[in-house]
Amino acid sequence: MTGNISEAILESNLADMPQLKGSLFEGRCLRSRLLTLLTWILASLAAVPLLSIIYMLVVKGGSRINWETLTALPPAAFEFGGGIGPAIIGTLTMVAIASSISIPLGILAAIYLAEVAPHSKLAQTSRFLAKVLTGFPSILAGVFVYASLVVVMKTYSAWAGGVALAVLMLPTIILTAEEALKQVPQKMKDAAYGMGCTRAQVIGRVTLPTGLPGVITGVLLAVAGAAGESAPLLFTALFSTYYINGLEGLSEPTSSLSILIYNFSGMPYDNQIELAWTASLVLVMMILVLNVLARVLGRRKY
Amino acid sequence: MRSNPFSHIVTTIAGPPSRVDYGLDKLLRGVVAAAATAILLLVAYIVFELARQALPAILDFGAGFLYGTTWDVQDREYGILPEIWGTMYSSLLALLLGGLFGVAIAIFLTQDFLDRRVANVFRTIVEMLAAIPSVVYGLWGIYVLIPLIRPIANWLHDTVGWFPLFGTSLSGPGMAPASLVLAVMILPTVAAISVDALRRVPARVKEAAYGMGTTRWEAILKVMLPTAASGILAALVLGFGRALGETMALAMLIGNSNQISLSLFAPANTLASLLASSFPEAGEIEIQALMYAALALLAITLIVNVLGLWVMKAATRKFEGR
Repeated sequence: MTGNISEAILESNLADMPQLKGSLFEGRCLRSRLLTLLTWILASLAAVPLLSIIYMLVVKGGSRINWETLTALPPAAFEFGGGIGPAIIGTLTMVAIASSISIPLGILAAIYLAEVAPHSKLAQTSRFLAKVLTGFPSILAGVFVYASLVVVMKTYSAWAGGVALAVLMLPTIILTAEEALKQVPQKMKDAAYGMGCTRAQVIGRVTLPTGLPGVITGVLLAVAGAAGESAPLLFTALFSTYYINGLEGLSEPTSSLSILIYNFSGMPYDNQIELAWTASLVLVMMILVLNVLARVLGRRKY
Repeated sequence: MRSNPFSHIVTTIAGPPSRVDYGLDKLLRGVVAAAATAILLLVAYIVFELARQALPAILDFGAGFLYGTTWDVQDREYGILPEIWGTMYSSLLALLLGGLFGVAIAIFLTQDFLDRRVANVFRTIVEMLAAIPSVVYGLWGIYVLIPLIRPIANWLHDTVGWFPLFGTSLSGPGMAPASLVLAVMILPTVAAISVDALRRVPARVKEAAYGMGTTRWEAILKVMLPTAASGILAALVLGFGRALGETMALAMLIGNSNQISLSLFAPANTLASLLASSFPEAGEIEIQALMYAALALLAITLIVNVLGLWVMKAATRKFEGR
C-alpha cells in the first residue's frame, strides 16, 4: 500500500520537476558547443601563419644553406651566388656588444629591485620605467642612438648598433631577472642572514646562485629578441657588404642579418630574394635555439 | 672589530664580518643602486635627447605639423596627419583581429578545453609567433600574404566597391596585409597577458558557476570574462601599444604613401615606417622634422603603455591585494 502511494506521488511530481540533464539540442547546450567549435577553429587558424612561415623558410631558405652561402660576401645587383657571411658576423658582434652592456647593468638593477630595496621610491620608479620601456617602439631606440651617438661619432658603427640593441634588451633583463631572484625562497636567505652574513654575502652566495637559472632564461630571451631586431639598426649600424675589419672596423657601418633581409626583400632579383629567405632561416634558427635553451634552463626547480 | 670573548674556550672559524666584508657590502649596495638609477637616467635622457633634436622643428612648424597632410622635402612642408591616421587605423584593425584571436586562445588554454600536452603545443605555437622577427614577417607578407589576399581583395572591390572599406583595389602593399601581419604579431602579447588574467580568477568562482548548472560557455561568458575583464583590458591596451610602435613589417607592407583613406586596400603610412623609410636619406631639415615625428610617436606610445600598465595594476590589485 505505502509503496504504491509514494510511487504515485513520485510520478505526479516528476512531471513538474525541472529537467536536470542537459540535452545536446537544448538551446544553451547547443550554443555552448558551437562556441567551443568556434574556439577550436580560431585557435587552429592562429597556427596557420606560423606553419606557413616555417614551410617557406625551409623550402625557400633551406635550398641555399651551404658553406658558400654562410661565408661569402653578399652579391651585387646582377651577380649570382654570394652569401650572407658578413651579416651573420655583424649580427653576432652587435648582439655581443649589446649583451656586454645590458646584462651586467640589468642584473645589478634587478638585484636592487628584488633584494636590496624592493619597496623604495627608487625601486618603484625604476620598475615602472622598465615596464614602460618594454613597450618602447624599437625604432625610437634607433632614433635616440642616432641623435646621441651617430651624430657625435660622425659615422654609423657597430658600437652604435650595439648600444641601440642594449637599450631594448635592458628592460627585459631587469624584469625577468627580478622575477627570478624573487623566486628564491625567503627561508634560504633568512638562514644565511641568521648565520651572520652581510647582505652582499647573501646576494653573492645564496640569492644569485639559486636564482641563476631563471636569470639566464631572461637573458637568453632578451638576446634572442635583440638578434631579431632590425628597426634600431637601420640608421645606427646601417649596412655594409664586407666583413668587420678588426677592432677599428667596429667604428664603421656594419651589416646584420635583419637589415640584409630588409634590403634584399625589395629587390627585383631572384638571387637576392632567395638569400633573404636563407638569411631569415638562419636568423630564426638562431633565435629558436636561444629560446629552446632558455626554456630548458628555465624549468622551475622549487 | 670586536674580539671573540670565548676564544680561550673554543677555537672556531666563525667570526663577525670583517672590515672587507662590510666594505664589499657597502660597495655592492652602492653599485646596484647606481644601476637602478641608470634606468631612470636612461629614460630621462631618451626623452631629453629626442625633445632637443626635435626642438628646431617644433619651433619651425608648431602644432600645424600634427595636422598637416603633406610631406614635401622640396617645399619644406612637413605634416604627419596621414601617418598618425595610418598608425591608429592599422593598430586598431590589428587589435580587432589580434584581440579576438588572442582572447579566444587565452580562453582555450585556461578553461580546461585541452589535454595538458595539447595545450602545451598551442602554448609553444603562440610563443614561437612572438619569437619570429619583424623582418621575417615582412618578407612573408610580401611573398605569401599579399599574393594570397590580392584576388580576394580585388573581388571584394569589384563587387562591393561602393562600401568605403573596399573603396580601392589592392595593387600590392596596403593597409589590409599590413594590419593582418600586425594582428599576428600582437596576438602573443594579448594571449599571454589574458592567460595571466584568467588564471588569477579564483577556482572557486568557476566552481560556483558550474555548481549552479551553467554550461561551460555560460560560465566563461558570464563569470570568468567579467571577473577577468580588467586584466584582459590591460592585455588589449598593451597589445595596442605594441602595434603602434611596430616598424619593419609595416615599412615593408603598408606601401609608404602619405594619404588618408578608409579603404583597407589602399597603401598608407605609419609614424614608425615613415621614420624607417625616410631617415637614412634625410637632409638636416628633414631629420629635424623626423625627430618631431619620433617625439609624437613616443608621446602616443607612452600614453597608451602607461594607461595599459595602470589598468593591469588595478586588475592585479583586485585579486592579490597589493
